[in-house]
Amino acid sequence: MNDVLLTFILIVIKLGLVLGTVLSLAAYMVLAERKILGRMQMRHGPNRVGPFGLLQPLADLIKLLCKEDLIPERADRWVFMLAPAISTVTALLAFAVIPFAAPLHLFGRTIPMVVCDLNVGLLYLFALSSLAVYGVALGGWASQSKYALLGGLRAMAQMISYELAMGLAIVPVVMASKSFSLTAIVAAQQPWPNAIRHPLAFLIFVIAIMAESKRTPFDMPEAENELVAGFHTEYSGMRFGMFFVGEYLNLIVLGAMLTVLFLGGWHGPLLPSVCWFLIKVLGVAFFFIWVRGTMPRLRYDQLMAFGWKILVPLGLLNILVTAAWLLWRG
Amino acid sequence: MSLWRDIRGTILPFWVTLRYLFRRPVTVCYPERKQTPAPRYRGRLVLTRDPDGEERCVACHLCSAACPVDCISMQAAEREDGRRHAAWFRINFSRCIFCGLCTEACPTLALQMTSEYELASRELLQVIYEKDELLIDGCGKNDGYNFYRLAGIGVAAPRGSNPGETPPVDFRSNLP
Repeated sequence: MNDVLLTFILIVIKLGLVLGTVLSLAAYMVLAERKILGRMQMRHGPNRVGPFGLLQPLADLIKLLCKEDLIPERADRWVFMLAPAISTVTALLAFAVIPFAAPLHLFGRTIPMVVCDLNVGLLYLFALSSLAVYGVALGGWASQSKYALLGGLRAMAQMISYELAMGLAIVPVVMASKSFSLTAIVAAQQPWPNAIRHPLAFLIFVIAIMAESKRTPFDMPEAENELVAGFHTEYSGMRFGMFFVGEYLNLIVLGAMLTVLFLGGWHGPLLPSVCWFLIKVLGVAFFFIWVRGTMPRLRYDQLMAFGWKILVPLGLLNILVTAAWLLWRG
Repeated sequence: MSLWRDIRGTILPFWVTLRYLFRRPVTVCYPERKQTPAPRYRGRLVLTRDPDGEERCVACHLCSAACPVDCISMQAAEREDGRRHAAWFRINFSRCIFCGLCTEACPTLALQMTSEYELASRELLQVIYEKDELLIDGCGKNDGYNFYRLAGIGVAAPRGSNPGETPPVDFRSNLP
């Protein structure tokens, strides 16, 4: 009985810690992005609320909560209300299978530092990242607005083109580590991270998750100078806020995915494993922001052509080569 | 080779943005740091006085005629000694576009622009300036100019006693 209770308490503490960290990280990711983008454009970025603008996320939250929650008259009411929740919840759920630190030894037991160590964790992750498209596509469709519809449509097409390349990019990783469990994949990259062992897969995966996160070189769904705001044109208040938070949660989840699959997870010298994981995730996030500050948006057909004509064949070739190499090495 | 050029063109911008990340922002944080406007900055309008301390404005309505947005209005009046002045003078700064045409039109150099630019207010009526708010004590940018001393009208001083004037001819003394 006591043992069960202790396990339960530990799980609850772990859940709370992960949820709190991920949500506040997402909020501050918004601030970090605005600051870094500002500096890259020789501006200050937000610096009015609190010291160095550190309370800006809080001010934004209050503002979004106080805004009028507008639902267009001809919108599909329930789908319209559900869509932002889908994009936030899928991003949050995806974090359940990501191992963020080395197993902890506490009270004479080993606590795995992952919310749930699924043996098909990778598939779960992919399922959720595909589901996240529903939030965007349904939101765009339910708004009854041409811009939103076009944004949702683009999001769908983009996800279909890039999910495939993304899936092909991780096949070599799975082949090398012989497991779908993320913990096993992290353990398999002990001496060298997968980014060095499978550089081509790494490159394809980075480009694919950039498209997956709907960020700058591939931000067609919300291309603000063509489609007003794309799929969230008609959203206001906290519903818009949920799309926004979902996008940044997604950024963190994708960063964590890249870390776990290719950058060696929580392995690293000297520092504790959680620190290494955080450093790597934040590094990936910084890279994403950097890309946003640097690259222009691709045209729609360029994006599709790049996905189908270059990334998918490259991914297939990479699988063949890796499989041949693994067979030859025995 | 074009592929090499494309790769260079993709990588180099990253170096540029990274360099700019560590540059000092060019933004001036306004309420804390204020820039000094240029000497001829077109800010708030004032009504100046001549060196004798009298109002320069003679209520000729040229400024309100020149104003493209019709933000100046006044009522002309005359003192006992014949000097014209504005009974009331009103500038609506919520309309004013700070073009400076009124100051160019002003023949007595009464209406002048200052470099004051912080006119924002929560009360709309507070940006409508009346004569007592517009009138300042100094001469503004033109020290020493006194319209009535050059106009040849005997208001500021008896006729002919102003600089550059000869006394009026007493035609009776010219009679044969």
